[in-house]
Amino acid sequence: MSTDDARKHTIAVLVENKFGVLSRVAGLFSARGYNIESLSVGETLDPTVSRMTLVVHGDAFIIEQVIKQLHKLIDVIKVTDLSEEDHVEREMLLIRVNAEPAARAEILRVGDIFRAKVVDVTATAYTLEVTGEETKIDAIVELLRPFGIQELVRTGKVAIARGPKTRLRKVEEKLGKPKSAAPAQPQDPRVVGFAD
Amino acid sequence: MKLSGARIVLECLKREGADVIFGLPGGAVLPIYDVLYDFKGLRHILVRQEAAAGHAAEGYSRTTGKIGVCLVTSGPAATNLVTALQDALMDSIPLVAFTGQVPTHLIGNDAFQEADNVGITRSATKHNFLVKDGNDLGAIIKEAFHIAGTGRPGPVHVDLPKDVLVKEWTFEYPETVHLRSYNPTYEGHPGQIKKAARAIVRAKRPVLYVGGGIISSDASPELRELVELTQAPVTQTLMGLGAFPMADPLSLDMLGMHGTYYANMAVHHADVLVAVGARFDDRVTGRVDAFAPDAEIIHVDIDPSSISKNIKVHIPIVGDCKRVLSRLVEAVREEMRTYPQSGVREARKQWMSQIADWKRDFPLRYEWSDEVVKPQHVIQEISTLTNGEALIVTGVGQHQMWAAQYYRVKHPRAWCTSGGLGTMGYGLPTAMGVQAGNPGRLVINIDGDGSFQMNSQELATCFEEKLPVKTVIINNGGHGMVRQWQRIIYKERYCASDLGGSPDFVRLAEAYGCTGIRVTKPSEVVPALEKMISTPGPVVLDVWVDKHECVFPMVPAGGANIDMILAPPSVDVRDKAAKSQTGF
Ligand SMILES: Cc1cc2nc3c(=O)[nH]c(=O)nc-3n(C[C@H](O)[C@H](O)[C@H](O)COP(=O)(O)OP(=O)(O)OC[C@H]3O[C@@H](n4cnc5c(N)ncnc54)[C@H](O)[C@@H]3O)c2cc1C
Ligand SMILES: Cc1ncc(C[n+]2csc(CCOP(=O)(O)OP(=O)(O)O)c2C)c(N)n1
Ligand SMILES: [Mg+2]
Repeated sequence: MSTDDARKHTIAVLVENKFGVLSRVAGLFSARGYNIESLSVGETLDPTVSRMTLVVHGDAFIIEQVIKQLHKLIDVIKVTDLSEEDHVEREMLLIRVNAEPAARAEILRVGDIFRAKVVDVTATAYTLEVTGEETKIDAIVELLRPFGIQELVRTGKVAIARGPKTRLRKVEEKLGKPKSAAPAQPQDPRVVGFAD
Repeated sequence: MKLSGARIVLECLKREGADVIFGLPGGAVLPIYDVLYDFKGLRHILVRQEAAAGHAAEGYSRTTGKIGVCLVTSGPAATNLVTALQDALMDSIPLVAFTGQVPTHLIGNDAFQEADNVGITRSATKHNFLVKDGNDLGAIIKEAFHIAGTGRPGPVHVDLPKDVLVKEWTFEYPETVHLRSYNPTYEGHPGQIKKAARAIVRAKRPVLYVGGGIISSDASPELRELVELTQAPVTQTLMGLGAFPMADPLSLDMLGMHGTYYANMAVHHADVLVAVGARFDDRVTGRVDAFAPDAEIIHVDIDPSSISKNIKVHIPIVGDCKRVLSRLVEAVREEMRTYPQSGVREARKQWMSQIADWKRDFPLRYEWSDEVVKPQHVIQEISTLTNGEALIVTGVGQHQMWAAQYYRVKHPRAWCTSGGLGTMGYGLPTAMGVQAGNPGRLVINIDGDGSFQMNSQELATCFEEKLPVKTVIINNGGHGMVRQWQRIIYKERYCASDLGGSPDFVRLAEAYGCTGIRVTKPSEVVPALEKMISTPGPVVLDVWVDKHECVFPMVPAGGANIDMILAPPSVDVRDKAAKSQTGF
């Protein structure tokens, strides 16, 4: 069965923060032949729960199977296709680019437009940090390419639903706040969201 | 209470109600065997190869309804076990498999007999655990049994490092398990059940298509009720055989690639197809776009990922077969009160008479011969002599299909076969496990000469453990199923399908202390079967059959079920099948 509405989906997965979970998820994708474009993992407010953000390419039928198969993994608590709701997506890029004296001003100007931060400078190179949507990251990479990119690394997408109460947030709440009353946990959603 | 990890493992097994373990020792699990030495209440059956331990646990599980347990050592033993785990995964058989592991501080060091056990079994199990801390041992084993036996059943693997087994830990066995990430749905959605009932009651050409889920949820009584109420005909998958008595007039027998003509025709022409605990496997559907093209499809399955995986389902019901069927029976009864049956009565009568015509005109058939034994005949006679009351196990190949076609399975949990993985060598070790779980019952392993040789060493286990399994080898001198494909599809270019060097199976049986009997003529079949059944202890009956016989009907690979052939095919069909990419 297949349909022709293939596109990228951003899927958020809450999992038990246990040994081996990442390999279960990654293994599922290779075993079932699904295309995974990026995967990022981090802890949530509850340290026993991790959150993965997956970007998967597929039509409605494939995505339905991906979600069902993810659900079937014993350590998966909740799966949400964020593409089905209003959400914010961000990716972070670290990029080290040749910075000859003559090019420096131009690189900084490009950086400014993209609200990049210069995080390291040497005699011959700038390292910039940029966050944004995938298209924005793609665009700055293209603009910096002519200067000569020495190295770049992208985090893969993270995403969060907008709105006061999303389904995933409700589950996170139900799972409870961290067990040890950790003092002053950052409540700012931007900590997770890389919002700029 | 402080106990060694090894003792904790066995105490847990006892609390889970296990009474038999199939296993084979080695360095990493010797602490468990040391406790086993004088442990009361657990029978250990020593197999000769680890895959056999897994298959035996499968047979034990399928026929008793309990969770099968096996125990093997680290490294090569664990890798040997993998085939059986994957087999159980594909066929949804609940097992808990223990393997030994090198001590935790050596994990990852390429230590002696080390393998990444959990890495290797990850995709071959429903779930797996590496026990790193002995304090978790009780909880993990409890979870392992819980996960194996609930929801869609399947194998769970627990890897036990030697230091965890040797050291002492506080033993507490949890009474209950709660996993926030694992909560199978048992009750079907009432609205969906009502919808299904409406469709069933209004159906003009209904067919029930039932599978292994009916067996694992013990839903045969509820299925029977639904059939009585609706008078709808029932077809069963290879894994579902026994869910409904095959001798019943409403039975259409097996459907699919080697299913009956009448089952495949009925499914093809159905207007409502009710799939219960079956997973629309490609052996069943044939070409998917031509499967039940006019039917509104209702699918009851406990695993949401089974639903709409291969075939688009119109009325999905996620839930346990047993519970959903009993609600469905109520809902159908309710619906029948309000919907006048007169609307469909005439159409239903026509449907049943159409089915009767198909059954009459295209029954299962084979050519009789006075000279050479026909394999189908042997199986028919087994069916008659046992009155369908034996516990049947098969190997994989032609003989498996003939067993499915000609043995009239009467009861659920009386039929074990490797359906999903199609594992040659499954027969004898599985039969051994069936016998261990059902002392005193007649257990018959209908095997192929090829399949049998993949695990014939288990005759030693049968002999030593006094497991009186009766094996009937349908001996066609080779890989019959391969030969059939080469004949029908690959233009009779027979390659690697003959097994010229097979041993004398009678003498092989005798070498193991078992009884061997040979049959070469049709007239000898019945007396030999009678002798086999009445001979105590394990018996091997080597029946030399017609090597040219093919399994029919057959849906050539890549074909639609309606294109099934009842005899060797035309050149056209052959060439099309040769290009297909789906194998047996
Ligand atoms: C050589 C060869 C030829 C074959 N030819 C055929 C053939 O012609 N016809 C045929 O039918 N098969 C054939 N098979 C077998 C085939 O490959 C499949 O194994 C089989 O069709 C699957 O059976 P099933 O659909 O009943 O599913 P199973 O594998 O038994 O799966 C059970 C289904 O029920 C669900 N389930 C489990 N427990 C429950 C519960 N408690 N409540 C609700 N749902 C539950 C599961 O989620 C799953 O979807 C052949 C195999 C071999 C090796
Ligand atoms: C482990 C394994 N290897 C290979 C196959 C492919 N295969 C399927 S049927 C078959 C032949 C089986 O021969 P036999 O057991 O004699 O049965 P027959 O078809 O002759 O009745 C083979 C090789 C398989 N199913 N399993
Ligand atoms: Mg053979």
